[in-house]
Formats: sequence, C-alpha cells, structure tokens
Amino acid sequence: MAKVPVQFTLNGSEKAEFIESGTTLLHALRDKIGDTSPKGGCHQGTCGACSVIIDGELKLSCLTLAETCNGADIRTTAGLAEAGVLHPLQRAFLDAFATQCGFCTPGVIMAAKVLLDRTPNPSREDVVEALSGNICRCTGYEPIIQAVLAAARANSQNAA
Amino acid sequence: MSLALQTFSTVKDANAALQASGTRYLGGGTLVVRGANEGDVSVSSLVRVTEPSLSAITVSGGRVQLGASVTMAAIARHPDLAAVAPAARAVGGPAIRNMATVGGNLFAPAPYGDFAVALLALDATVTAGTGETPIEAFLAGRDDSRAIVTAVGFSLPKADSFRFLKVSRVKPKGISVLSIAALLQRAADGTVTSARIALGCMADRPMRAKTAEKALLGCKLTSEEIAPALAAVGEGIAPITDPIASAWYRAEVLPVHLGRLLLS
Repeated sequence: MAKVPVQFTLNGSEKAEFIESGTTLLHALRDKIGDTSPKGGCHQGTCGACSVIIDGELKLSCLTLAETCNGADIRTTAGLAEAGVLHPLQRAFLDAFATQCGFCTPGVIMAAKVLLDRTPNPSREDVVEALSGNICRCTGYEPIIQAVLAAARANSQNAA
Repeated sequence: MSLALQTFSTVKDANAALQASGTRYLGGGTLVVRGANEGDVSVSSLVRVTEPSLSAITVSGGRVQLGASVTMAAIARHPDLAAVAPAARAVGGPAIRNMATVGGNLFAPAPYGDFAVALLALDATVTAGTGETPIEAFLAGRDDSRAIVTAVGFSLPKADSFRFLKVSRVKPKGISVLSIAALLQRAADGTVTSARIALGCMADRPMRAKTAEKALLGCKLTSEEIAPALAAVGEGIAPITDPIASAWYRAEVLPVHLGRLLLS
C-alpha cells in the first residue's frame, strides 16, 4: 500500500508523517505519533472512546481517515494539561471519582470540553446531551455528569 | 484496514474514479469506514470530493437545497431549518452528527437513516449525476446507484405541517426502534387535505405508508377519525429484526407511535 504524507497540528505542535493510505486517524495518532489518549473501543462510532476535537468539532477518530485531516487542528486529551497542571475537567473527574478504569475518560473529556467551550454554564440536560455519544461501563454516568457540572462551576468562578 | 483514498476537487473526476470495481464514495465515514473496520473486504478503495458546493445550504423562496456533504450538525443549527432540525438531531450523538452527511444518510440501512425518513415524507428530490430523481425512486434503486449524490432539495414545510418522531430505548441518543415522519396539509377546519407518511425500520430502507395516508384524507386529527389510518399503517411493512427490537415488536408498536405523532 502506498504511503501518503499527512500534516496537521496536534495539541499545538506540527506533525508530519507518512502513513498508509486509508489509515484511520485513531491508528495514526496511537501507532505512528504515539498519542495514546484516544482509545480504540468499538471502531463503529458507537462508544465515543476515540473522540477527538478536529477544527473545533467533536469527531470520532476511528471513523476519520488521517488523510482527510491534512492542515487540521486536532486536540486530544493528552494536550489538555499545561506545565503539569491538570485541566479543570481532568481535575473535576478526579475529584468527583468520575473515572474508574479510565478507558472511556479521554473521549468523555473531549466531548465535555467542546460543550464547555461553547456553553460555559450548561444545564444538566446540556451535559447529558453532550455526552450521549460516549459509553462508560464502570462508573455509571452520574459521577461523570457531576464532574462536568463541577468543572463548569469552577470555570465560572475563576472567570468572575 | 487496507484502503486507498483518492481525493478529487470535482465531482466529475470523482465519478469517473468511482466506476472502478471495489471503489466506494467517502462522505462522513460513518458508514463506509465503519464497514471497513468491521472487515468489509468488498471495499478496496475510496474516493472523496472537496468541492465546496457539496457543503452548501441554500434556503430561498421556500425551497431548501442541501449539498450532499452537509452534516446533520449543520442542519440542526441552521436558523432557517428549525422545522427539520429534530430529524437531524435524531441521528447519533454529537460526534456522529458532526460527521454524518445528508448524502450518506440516503444509503444508510435500517435501523439507521432517520433523516432520509424525513426527506421521504418531505417529497425531496435527489440530485446525482446529471439529473434529479424523486427520493422514493432513488431509495428503491440506491443499491445500483453509481453516480455521486451531490444534493437533495425539498420545499420547506410550513409551521406544524411537518412532524417527526424517533423511538429509541436509550435517551437521549439511541438506535431506532422505529422512526416516523409525516407531512400533513390541513384545511382551516383541521381536515387533512394531503398526507405523506414515511416510516423507518419497517423495511430495509425508508418506506411510505400509502394506505394510512389515504385513510387520513378527510379526517380531523382525533382519536376516532385517525383509527382507520392506524389500523392500515402496517400494510406492506416488513420490519427489521435486530438487537434493538424484533420485527413483531416493531409492527405492534407502530400504530401506537403513529397515533401519538398525529395527536401531538
């Protein structure tokens, strides 16, 4: 299979790789670039574990071909912490015990980040809707919902 | 997965490439990449098109034109498309809606394709190749279609004339038990003067409920007057059986949900 060049920005850093044509973004991120924060769950677009943010929109890296991301700005959970300080969403997930095995957590956090970027003070219904494409088999969803709401409160307090 | 992706700037060039054996069109990827991930070895290469017109939404003179690459998310947030937004929001979760396209939804097998159900009720036309095809004919022949769909068009329904219902077990997002779309024109006294009802999950693709449509003509939307339409809605259906629901269950609850939609 011919290899094709792919260039995009990943968490603020320029990335350039040669990949096999038809490689999914999930595969390219994990196996070529070494960002293992997006998880390969169902590979069908059902579980949301592979969710990443591409040009500001939540998308599923398991169903996105890496070649279609040329020139894109891609954000993953691995890029959220800055200088060793966790992102407020990551901190809230720890504080609310919203993560157990952690497999779904990166995808959930990216879905929540898109929500809070657009809706800084979401309702519980907003959170449920935003996370409706993400499956968690460990915690049940209530701690996750509470964590996102707590992160939103923390953000608004910091902004005040 | 071993796929070769070819990217074209024009539909014309992509159409030529699509004629090669084993080649499929790549829109949002929610069907074809999923299929490849599941091991569909009938697909060996993909083509896609970056032509900007494919992502355009035009609303003018009561007529809507959606480029085939328009996503469900774009429809759901468009200020002039509030009437059909519920059908777009019924498709998957947020990430899927950011990827799933109008064109792809036309090819989605049951239990998917909820937006195509809405388009069928709206009597949409599908533009592929050089001509327009009524959606009912397009859906009937979609398995043999080799021309890239470029757009769908429909008349924007008047307020409260269009109704859409998706029934799922998981809220707010879940795979369809069934979906129903209805376009109803009514006289000033509430009598139904025309009706188009489309059903999802009642066959392998969206279908019309033509007997129920006829039974609604001349009726007012009351429990008594819609009863014949509810009794007739199962005529000609062949529901799917999947992990979400059996064919028997889908057939049993179809009139219940149609009744709720009509009386809502």
